[in-house]
Amino acid sequence: MSRALPLFAGYGLGLRREHYRDFLDTDVPVDFVEVISENFMVDGGQPLDILRRVRARYPVALHGVSMSIGSADGLKHDYLRRLRKLVDAIDPLFVSDHLSWSRFEHFNSHDLLPLPYTEETLALVCRHIQQAQEAVGRPMLFENPSSYVSFAVSSMTEWEFLAEMTQRTGCGLLLDINNIYVSSQNHGWDADAYLAAIPAERVRQIHLAGHTQAGELLIDTHDQPIGTDVWALYAKAISMLGPVATMIERDDAVPPLADLLAELDIARRLQARCMPALEAA
Amino acid sequence: MLADMQRDFRSWLLQPDAERRTQPPRDTLRGLATYQNNYRTQLVLCLKASYPQLLARLGDDAFVEAAIQHIHRHPPSSWTLDAYGANFADSLHALYPHNPDLRELAWIEWNLGEAFVARDAETIAPHQLAAIDWDIARLRLSPSLRLHAATTNAAALWSALQEGVPAPAAEMLDAPAGIIVWRRDFSCQLRQVDTSEYTALHSLREDDRFSALCDALVERLGERQGVDRAGSLLAGWLAAGIVVGVDEGQA
Repeated sequence: MSRALPLFAGYGLGLRREHYRDFLDTDVPVDFVEVISENFMVDGGQPLDILRRVRARYPVALHGVSMSIGSADGLKHDYLRRLRKLVDAIDPLFVSDHLSWSRFEHFNSHDLLPLPYTEETLALVCRHIQQAQEAVGRPMLFENPSSYVSFAVSSMTEWEFLAEMTQRTGCGLLLDINNIYVSSQNHGWDADAYLAAIPAERVRQIHLAGHTQAGELLIDTHDQPIGTDVWALYAKAISMLGPVATMIERDDAVPPLADLLAELDIARRLQARCMPALEAA
Repeated sequence: MLADMQRDFRSWLLQPDAERRTQPPRDTLRGLATYQNNYRTQLVLCLKASYPQLLARLGDDAFVEAAIQHIHRHPPSSWTLDAYGANFADSLHALYPHNPDLRELAWIEWNLGEAFVARDAETIAPHQLAAIDWDIARLRLSPSLRLHAATTNAAALWSALQEGVPAPAAEMLDAPAGIIVWRRDFSCQLRQVDTSEYTALHSLREDDRFSALCDALVERLGERQGVDRAGSLLAGWLAAGIVVGVDEGQA
């Protein structure tokens, strides 16, 4: 496992069933698409055929939701074997998953559950990331989670954890701007301090998404247009990070493709405004 | 310890307050409720997506009630959410012991989903059949083929629900039959077959020799009718993509 994390600065969308035909039959103005890895870790059939045909037209990022990198009882070899098979078949732009846990012993919540940020967790997560990167044959990206509880035992902040994690493992970061905003609001963090502290040189991809207010909490629902506060945070992020692959995640109440492309144009305009020197070059 | 936290968190998601080993800290209750809600909502939506015609048949209230009982009895364990609901038919049987049609409807929906992503198979071209020595021919079934004994008209029910036409009343079949599900190219297929075809397909899974199929049918139907029946079954299976290949040779 010696490959470097690729540098790629473009704009992408999540490939959702509602838009398969658009991506197969027309030239959608995106630089890459992202798919949920597990949807294609199957033996055969139409989903894999569609992914192969989309891959022939666009770079594809694989984004996983089930690796459970923070499971105290280890990673699952069968899962890693299936992911490797998909990686070999698709040759993706990036392979990513989340800094979270879903599974413990025989139970799998299929949710991205929060981790306490302790030395014990850091050691375990780093061990698992190294194992996963060996298994898929390339460095991976890990995404900062949105969370609704925090742990009194945490001995470091999330951004300190992420910085140490990338340094120890060589993995990259998939920075979810909406997750930073949601968690900052839920836990009273300073989002600007978060952005300032993450290792900018390790960020390879950015996610943008919508959220929902539920009582006193913000919930990461991916069923809304991107909120203005998240756009503002994105503008700050790209002014600090420089050009980074940016994509919009929309998983529920999926609108017509034109609506998502219009949101992607906002990201393009923000980048042009925040990085005038780069545009001129 | 991280393992202790994850064990506790699991119990906070799954167990009623009184049965938990530990209780969550008071300041996490609001956030924990979000995870509890996400967990259950996602599984209910997953079951609804896997069983759309069963949902239509039962109605939303009864389906959700069955789903909640299933989630309580069977927490997910597979790496993929797609596998959740594999044994929903058992939960339906426990809830509706006198409605075998519901259990068979669930079998159909689950197996159509499995066939959709089953291993691909290259199908034999018709001109390749001419050179086959049928005495040593072995039939290759589609990897997507699934078989189930049928006691009710669940196949007709599913087809009516799928087409959006009024579904017939559930009823027991006059004679035992089989339901088969498979995928031809990218299109999933469902068919109710008579017991002789169902038995023949079942036997082929154990012994893939065409000669064994002929022998069994000759024993049951006599020399002429048995051979004719084997030939017509094979022609139908090849045309439908149920048999995808013919190899030659001994076991």
